[in-house]
Amino acid sequence: MKNVKKTRRRDFITYGLVIAAYLIMQALIRTGSITNALKNQLVPICVYICMAVSLNLVVGILGDLSLGHAGFMSVGAFTGIVVAMSLQTAIPSGVLRLVLAIVAGGLTAAVAGILVGVPVLRLRGDYLAIVTLAFGEIIKNIITNLYVGIDGSGLHMSFKNAMAMGMGLDGKTIINGPIGAVGVTKLATFTAGFLLIMVTLIITLNLINSRSGRAIKAIRDNRIAAESVGINITKYKLLAFAVSAAMAGMAGALYGLNYSGLAAKKFDFNTSILVLVFVVLGGIGNIRGSIIAAAALTILPEALRQFSDYRMLIYAIVLILVMLITNNPTLKGYLDIAKQKLSRKKPAAQTTEGGASHGE
Amino acid sequence: MMSFLSSLISGVSLGSVYAIIALGYTMVYGIAKMLNFAHGDVIMVGAYICFCGISYLGLPPILAIILAIITCTVLGVVIEGLAYKPLRSAPSLAVLITAIGVSYFLQNAALLIWKSDPKFFPSIVSFEPVKLFDGQLTVSAVTIVTVLCCIAVMVCLTVFISTSKTGKAMRAVSEDKVAAQLMGINVNFTISVTFAIGSGLAAVAGVLLCSAYPTLIPTTGSMPGIKAFTAAVFGGIGSIPGAMLGGILLGVIETFAKAYISTQFSDAIVFAVLIIVLLIKPTGLLGKKVSEKV
Repeated sequence: MKNVKKTRRRDFITYGLVIAAYLIMQALIRTGSITNALKNQLVPICVYICMAVSLNLVVGILGDLSLGHAGFMSVGAFTGIVVAMSLQTAIPSGVLRLVLAIVAGGLTAAVAGILVGVPVLRLRGDYLAIVTLAFGEIIKNIITNLYVGIDGSGLHMSFKNAMAMGMGLDGKTIINGPIGAVGVTKLATFTAGFLLIMVTLIITLNLINSRSGRAIKAIRDNRIAAESVGINITKYKLLAFAVSAAMAGMAGALYGLNYSGLAAKKFDFNTSILVLVFVVLGGIGNIRGSIIAAAALTILPEALRQFSDYRMLIYAIVLILVMLITNNPTLKGYLDIAKQKLSRKKPAAQTTEGGASHGE
Repeated sequence: MMSFLSSLISGVSLGSVYAIIALGYTMVYGIAKMLNFAHGDVIMVGAYICFCGISYLGLPPILAIILAIITCTVLGVVIEGLAYKPLRSAPSLAVLITAIGVSYFLQNAALLIWKSDPKFFPSIVSFEPVKLFDGQLTVSAVTIVTVLCCIAVMVCLTVFISTSKTGKAMRAVSEDKVAAQLMGINVNFTISVTFAIGSGLAAVAGVLLCSAYPTLIPTTGSMPGIKAFTAAVFGGIGSIPGAMLGGILLGVIETFAKAYISTQFSDAIVFAVLIIVLLIKPTGLLGKKVSEKV
């Protein structure tokens, strides 16, 4: 019982942190004390937080390495754009269209998640990572060659070119092959991003602390032992994959509706890796860590803008140094001594899920 | 028939480049059990060094290639010593992220040094294309050199791994690191040698790649890197013959997909084939099947 209480308290701190950050940012926007550059970053920060939390479900809680998370984001983004654009006349309310787009993006991404999840069940470790990578590349390749348009009679699509869609004269192209989505009405707002983070957090934290979540963690810690006590591995792995993909799809839909144009090549291997970096730096399996890492690392390149050309170089060096300091036994020893000196306390035994290492 | 042969030859040529890159991935994986995502960027550095050697220093191509190989070998050893060696006992994901950090570092350093405008790689092979079947089939000199290079690399590497003392040490370390250490093998030195060989091969691959596709930008190495990584997994990661087979098959599949199915969807087809192969053989074509202990 004590453990349950502790979990609940930790979750409330996480929710509180997000709400507090939102209120502070709102106050700063009202008083006009944040720069325009940061203001433009607010929705992407929210999106990347959702992405990091959802990837953490697969990498940290299920214990499988995924290198194609941007693929789900892409599916969600383009579904969301098509839904929002095609309902423009039917539903005038922007908020309602945004919600519908996010829900649709989440659903299609969940279907994609199940499609990837099925082959993944047979594979382990690095072979699994490569299948997720391959999936991400396939999605990118397909959407790069996808043309979607709308006219009076409904939606048209083609894999050849814009002409092959056979639209009427009143037709409007929504997704234009390699150029991507064009002329999208921006619907995303910072408040929508905040609410999406809260929804993602509620889903993830409740799943982790539920019976299913404990089954998923048992599979991560020891698959054979979990199977032998009657846990249905297929069911729980697919559940984790589908939920994670759905949340990535929702984040993608929000992202897609934050820009007037978006190309499929935005969601490439580098984007998947970027999100993985958030998860690993924040602490594998640690949801709050993912949130902080995603926010900090999305702001970091902006904050380094004064170094102009050198900023990505500095970003790379910071990344390497952080990994070395947190993982090298010698350096970590120094860090622990410094921590002890600061707090003058013995480090209490931690009960975060971050304890388990990746892999089987 | 001629178009089939010509596709096959260009497929084997492209596959040879993938195979040489995949060897670097697979050797490092076999010994250090890490996915070295910075490998693709070492290729790019090798190509740039060769380019500078020819265009700025006016070196003859062969000297420029040797310069590129030496630079990349040193670079590989330095990267391993600074970034990967301190993480020998760390979880695999931490090493993976460090490798990604190194990859970002190399790309952005290249961006600062050589700027983002594309460089046009000078031709290193100067003899005439070979004409077969009364001129119906033309095979370019670069294609022939690429395939010959790949064969030479494979033969040398196989001989080195199976007969030399260092090669045997490499196999021992990949089998069991602790046992190898107890037998008096210097594990750290062996891992450094592996990185040196892998990076040297990356330089060769970079030069060959840019001879066939002469546009050189700081992200030139990324996509071939991912493809070669796929090839290594395709053949069974950690297995040297697997990397060769996987690389060549991947190149052939990609070229045939482009020639006969669809140019636009060639990448999707390559990756779909990979997924299907892994579904049938979950550890790749020549990968070892690891039995699970309870």
